[in-house]
Amino acid sequence: MSTPVREVPAETGPSPWHPGIPEAPRIDPADASALEIDVELAVAWLEAFLYEEIVRRRGFEKVVVGLSGGVDSSLTAALCVRALGAAAVQGFLLPYRTSSDASRDHALALAESFGIATREIEITAAVDGYLDRFEPDAGGHRVGNVAARQRMIVLFDQAYKLNALPVGTGNKSERLLGYYTWHADDSPPINPLGDLFKSQVWALARAVGVPAEIVDKPATADLIHGQTDEGDLGISYPEADLILHHLLRGVSPARLVGAGFDEAKVEIVVGRLHRTHWKRHLPTVAMLSATAIGEWYLRPVDY
Amino acid sequence: MAGAGSDPLAALTPVGARRTFQPMIRNVTIAQFRPAKGDLEGTLDHAAATIAAAVAAEPAPDLVVFPETALTGYFLEGGVREVARPAGEVFQALAERAAAGPAVDVALGFYEMDAGHAYNSALYARLGPEPELVHVQRKVFLPTYGVFQEERFVESGSGIRAFDTSIGRVAILICEDAFHSISGTLAALDGAQLVLVLSASPARGAAPGVGVPTNVARWDMLGSGLASEHGIFVAVSQLVGFEGGKGFAGGSAAYTPRGERIVAGPLWEEALLPIHIDPERIADARTEEPLFADLERSWTRLLVNSPGAGIGRPAPDGPRR
Repeated sequence: MSTPVREVPAETGPSPWHPGIPEAPRIDPADASALEIDVELAVAWLEAFLYEEIVRRRGFEKVVVGLSGGVDSSLTAALCVRALGAAAVQGFLLPYRTSSDASRDHALALAESFGIATREIEITAAVDGYLDRFEPDAGGHRVGNVAARQRMIVLFDQAYKLNALPVGTGNKSERLLGYYTWHADDSPPINPLGDLFKSQVWALARAVGVPAEIVDKPATADLIHGQTDEGDLGISYPEADLILHHLLRGVSPARLVGAGFDEAKVEIVVGRLHRTHWKRHLPTVAMLSATAIGEWYLRPVDY
Repeated sequence: MAGAGSDPLAALTPVGARRTFQPMIRNVTIAQFRPAKGDLEGTLDHAAATIAAAVAAEPAPDLVVFPETALTGYFLEGGVREVARPAGEVFQALAERAAAGPAVDVALGFYEMDAGHAYNSALYARLGPEPELVHVQRKVFLPTYGVFQEERFVESGSGIRAFDTSIGRVAILICEDAFHSISGTLAALDGAQLVLVLSASPARGAAPGVGVPTNVARWDMLGSGLASEHGIFVAVSQLVGFEGGKGFAGGSAAYTPRGERIVAGPLWEEALLPIHIDPERIADARTEEPLFADLERSWTRLLVNSPGAGIGRPAPDGPRR
């Protein structure tokens, strides 16, 4: 007589008896649990990161943050306030003539709710001084790139003037998708959000009290009227984030498609990821010696 | 394999008397510690001040345990050779700074340079009026994957052994060494009753429901498992601080021979964590659950008769079966 085997349901959920042991992640487009994050822990972690890297390691007491009115710069500024105090954070609104009023309103609302001083420096004259005179036919992407780089010119100059450190706001999703201007958004020396997917940024922003109208609005680079990130990319951030998560863990695109992920969307993500590795690196330098910097001469950033 | 009549196990059997703990409670303080990156002299001063603060407590500790690479920070890449020092030099520097203080033992991780060879090492020394360098342990398992690059910059130590100290028989495991259960097994078989784990564990993972970074939770399981498997005390000292965006979270901890957590350090901050080592608890645990006695009785026979141990045959090259 064989003993009947007790059937265990496939969907057993988290084991309640040992929270230290993680559940094995499932590869399933309907299961985004792998992206869930302990927001309280992550916020404390990033506060420690900001304080240690800015104050202890680099000796700065102040930071400058460009406030776009979007969720990334809002969360970044909020984390800086928690880590350093509101008086240490100087926000800059850097609108171009096509920037929306809503972006400005949201940036000011964020600054008010966290007690951040702001200064508005419109970049239109600087950007158009180049484009109108020399390149009047430049299209949207070029204008966007020039504006993004002009914002960094202002932010770095203001940082120098204020003896403050510029803080970057790029998240992991846009970094992996290459959806940003190289040597602009990614140029500040400190970035608290670069290892957080956009959907995790939303979760943290809600937790630290970024106003709901900022967190809930569609993400946009605000370069063209009506533009949204997800419209440009052809995929939503939650979808892209989950695909990216699995790809970075070594799951092949074919396996993702086999598990039910939409093939066209997997292709969008894989294509952007593979085309943009260069964007996540410093410039390619010709190596001629056995002391090439970063190839042979290896020293960490903080040594 | 040896035939009947010979004793192939003799060479593998640990020899020598193993000192046991004196029958009294010993006090150990785990120093969760933040070095100033690459600043050897400044960090030696900070370590000396930390020892002074630890011994000023009541009761004063017999031993202060610092983490891995406590004198320089962990991620140094090619800078290792610039900050690595001979063990004797590090010992002298500590002894001079602690000469006016009371007698106290110290375990501390540092990058070691020995005749042109660099190691990720830990020293165990007695400081105070009669300083003595008791033991140097070199890290055996060098993580070289993902964020880790140790094998590029340091060499591997050759063995794990316990050693006698004024507070009993101790062994040191350095970070990944403790991830391999064989390390704790070898330490326990060599008589260790207190295993010190010196670690620099870059924080990663913030899954909901755990409350600490995933790696800290993993360490909790490792420390508890190591202690309860062999009926030994385990003290895990973790580095804190951020290095190039990588945060060492802390979460140092200690475990009884039953695997119960005695103390848990905070996240992200330095801390002094005093614990009491009561040798009676080793006997309690080993009587209640004599796993260690079973191991001692069987392990050499097990090694010789288990092909996976590789004893008596070369490691095969080529495709794995």
